[in-house]
Amino acid sequence: MATSMLRRHPGQQQPGYSPSAARRTRDRVMTIVLAVVVAIAVAVLVWVLAYVAAQGFKYLSPAFFTHTPPGNPASYGGGYANGIVGSLIIVGIAALISVPVGIAAAVAIIEYGGRLAAAASFITDVLVGVPTIVTGAFIYALWVIHFGFSGLAGSIALALVMLPLVIRATAEMLRLVPVHLREASAALGVSRARTIVSVVLPTASSGIITGVFLAVARAMGETAPLLLTALGDQQFMQVHPTQRMSTLSLQIFTDAISGFQAAQARAWAGALTLIIIVSLFAISARLISRRATITRS
Amino acid sequence: MTARPASPGAGNGRVLLQRRRRYGDTVFRAAMLTAAGLVVVVLAAMAVFLVTQSLPALRHYGPLSFLGSDRWAPSDATPAGTSPNPYGIVQFIYGTVLTSVIGLLIAVPMSVGIGLFITGIAPAWLRRPLSYVVDLLAAIPSVVFGFWGIFALIPALQPVVSFLTGTLGKIPVIGGVFAGPFFGLSYFTAGIILAIMVLPIVTALCREIFATTPADEKEAALALGMTRWEMLRTAVLPRSRAGIIGASILGLGRAFGETIAVTMVIGNNVLSITKSIFSTGATMASVIANEFTEATEPFHLDSLFVVAMWLLIISLIVNVAGKLAVRRIRGDLA
Amino acid sequence: MRARFPAVAVGVLGVALAAAACGSTGSSSTAANSTSVKAMWGSQNATRCAAAVNTKPDYPNTIGTIKGGATTLSGAGSTFAAPMYSQWSSAYDTASKVAVAYASIGSGGGVAAVQAGTVNFGDSDVGMTPAEIAASKGPVLQIPLLLGAVVPTYNLPGIAAGLKFTGPVLGEIFAGKIKTWNASALKKLNPGVNLPDEPIAVVHRSDGSGTTGIWTDYLTKTSPVWVSALGGPSQSSGKTVAWPVGIGGKGNEGVSAAIAQTKGSLGYLESDFAISEHLTYGQVQNKSGNFVEPCIATIVPAVDGVTFPSSLNVSLTDGSNANVYPVTGTTYALVYEHQTSKAIAAGLVNFFAWVLTAGQDQNVSLNYAPLGSALQALAYAQLKKITINGTPVA
Repeated sequence: MATSMLRRHPGQQQPGYSPSAARRTRDRVMTIVLAVVVAIAVAVLVWVLAYVAAQGFKYLSPAFFTHTPPGNPASYGGGYANGIVGSLIIVGIAALISVPVGIAAAVAIIEYGGRLAAAASFITDVLVGVPTIVTGAFIYALWVIHFGFSGLAGSIALALVMLPLVIRATAEMLRLVPVHLREASAALGVSRARTIVSVVLPTASSGIITGVFLAVARAMGETAPLLLTALGDQQFMQVHPTQRMSTLSLQIFTDAISGFQAAQARAWAGALTLIIIVSLFAISARLISRRATITRS
Repeated sequence: MTARPASPGAGNGRVLLQRRRRYGDTVFRAAMLTAAGLVVVVLAAMAVFLVTQSLPALRHYGPLSFLGSDRWAPSDATPAGTSPNPYGIVQFIYGTVLTSVIGLLIAVPMSVGIGLFITGIAPAWLRRPLSYVVDLLAAIPSVVFGFWGIFALIPALQPVVSFLTGTLGKIPVIGGVFAGPFFGLSYFTAGIILAIMVLPIVTALCREIFATTPADEKEAALALGMTRWEMLRTAVLPRSRAGIIGASILGLGRAFGETIAVTMVIGNNVLSITKSIFSTGATMASVIANEFTEATEPFHLDSLFVVAMWLLIISLIVNVAGKLAVRRIRGDLA
Repeated sequence: MRARFPAVAVGVLGVALAAAACGSTGSSSTAANSTSVKAMWGSQNATRCAAAVNTKPDYPNTIGTIKGGATTLSGAGSTFAAPMYSQWSSAYDTASKVAVAYASIGSGGGVAAVQAGTVNFGDSDVGMTPAEIAASKGPVLQIPLLLGAVVPTYNLPGIAAGLKFTGPVLGEIFAGKIKTWNASALKKLNPGVNLPDEPIAVVHRSDGSGTTGIWTDYLTKTSPVWVSALGGPSQSSGKTVAWPVGIGGKGNEGVSAAIAQTKGSLGYLESDFAISEHLTYGQVQNKSGNFVEPCIATIVPAVDGVTFPSSLNVSLTDGSNANVYPVTGTTYALVYEHQTSKAIAAGLVNFFAWVLTAGQDQNVSLNYAPLGSALQALAYAQLKKITINGTPVA
């Protein structure tokens, strides 16, 4: 970039002319002000992470991952094993639903086009902005009223939250795949469908996986839609999606707003666990996207 | 614009193979377009279901009566009574807008500042790490923010707010807006948490917008002898104004929909609008989260669906407006 | 350059952990004085509360275990009874390998879940009104399971437990008419206590609550100011009321949290929540004029002189016994009379038969009173009304 010129002191570019002291002071002051603003943002992040880590480590132990909460929430001990397992199951099913549909929809938008696809593209952006509590209310009306509270209802709600994110990430990646790859494949006589499946998608795969990981990270942190669909099962380990299930986020929420010190201690450990899990997904996503970037030729 | 590949198999006599390939192609295409159709259906279904579930209440009380009252008192509802509407929702709209505006008033100037710093002042090696650090804020789940808000933020806010209620709260006329007592849970606390949650999105957009300033305009400003701050102020900011507004609108949309962190720190006072920003209140999202699974009074659940419907409407309007505003700047497709 | 992001992320997390190692920041303000509750009370109260109560009634289980019961049951409702349900289901799981999952979502949520059929049983401290039952999928049995107290709980650093309240004063506080702790009405009741000149942060429930039902039922009976502030007796009592002031907490759990975190707060809690978290609570004056501490001995007399209708749904507040704590209530398990699944029906009968017999011995460990023999017999008889395909299960 030709910005290297920007870094030299302006006064050096035109000998004999330099800005007044007042202007230079203002420049310095504003630089400091902006730096302070950045420092505040970073400080808030460190504050949140440090506080959660401090409180969470007080209680975190291997037993936390293998035990369920005690019968009486006011007593210490136990852990969030049921919530962690529940999160993995519910988000896993949500991914199974949203990833194929999302990739397919993105393929339709980018590869095929047309009015339906254009509408889908616009609506994807709209869906990103739907409050997750509204998604939960929708699934309640659609599913829970007929089939009861269940992990499956929660998965459907989370799938709706993940879907637009997967579509967007996939669409971005598909657009980056060079046209000549598709043309070469067509020239070889490969059918359109085969081209997409065997050439385009694999080329975009790392980016798509990145998008999926980020969507999963987002879904793991969601609480609001699950309040209205999965409802939670504080005490017992439940692995059947047709029953009420707990997730890490629901357990943290329930225990955080309870007045029991013991429950709050567990909630801090749970919050720390959740942040670690979400960070793992987010960091892996970035690592994957770094490893294989599509370059324009 | 996306380029589409030429259709395969330009006739060379292997008709049978072509026909089978075309059939496979058709099925595949249909499947992909079905998925796209599903996306459209989902949004349509959401709108339809929300409206159908709200219809009984809308018909019983009249659709406009919800917006005409700020008193939410499910215990007043009777199966036959139609007026006054015990489910007035104005205070929830007020709460949603107030907390979001407080959040934006804090977040937007900060985001602009951070964006300017990252694109204009920070050395090249610092840019990406700084961006990632701010983005990390977006990865923290809402429930963790709410939890931290109760135990770390509120105690830290107490002295600050005591000072504000003691000074601003005493000013005649507008003092009521800043009056105590402050019990920790309040619109203001929720606004601050929203500011933190919205900051990464607005910052990322501001960064992108500032980065699109043509280098020669910046160089021209510097060549004219401007200091770096003056260059940012005259070459970068004015042309980014529309983009900043777009980013703010998108941040507003995000703040509207935020549920859990707000529910944990706003105090859940659903009765009516409370004047002071330091008093307890409720937002559209928080009242749904709190009352949904136990709404047994007549038309209670239906009225909560009315709240959900309105929340969806205002979120969509704001998000689409923001997207259009930003799209003009970024010029991208999706 | 490539590894920059992960390095940065790890770096930030590392800084955070280092900061954490230097100790945590912030603290929630909990009430002072967790010294023995007994020591705070006057000698008269201590005598009442030390009175012997048959804490292990040891009721016999004449129904016996019905075969073929489900191994998981799902229930939801009252937070008032939630601690007891947790303990019961834990013990029952050990005894019979049946997992009863109970979601503490408030009595309102319990009734809603029963009406929608999304749970096997619900629980509400104020039972169900005939209108609510009419809106359900069939007739609903209401089975009382325990007796408990709703106590006025406050957070005043330096002030001991045992502050005296009366119904009318509580009504005025919750109606927003008495706004500060050193108001004359409170000072008159508590001479010698250094009440601060601080605003009272009222804490109530944000969800549909049977605890609210019990509390507002008592306020409606004793405080005309409360009734008129809410617009009439039908509005001033119930699972949800239009609270004129205050902070809303979700569940007894949320109210307990709000009280612990807010200096100068006053809320109402089921007594186990206050006791287990060492929150200070006060005494309430009963109909006979005595200020009574809530404890097992003063909860049990609440059923004296009460006639139970066939639905068993009745108010237990403001009792006439001279030693009774006036804000007392029970909790009703809500079970459909005509079940559709044999396994669920058997499972429910087995569970509640156990709760009403062996389970009652555990009540006092969590500061609830067991049902007296008369009420227990009535509750037990309800179980025999549960039918599957027309035939009683028990």
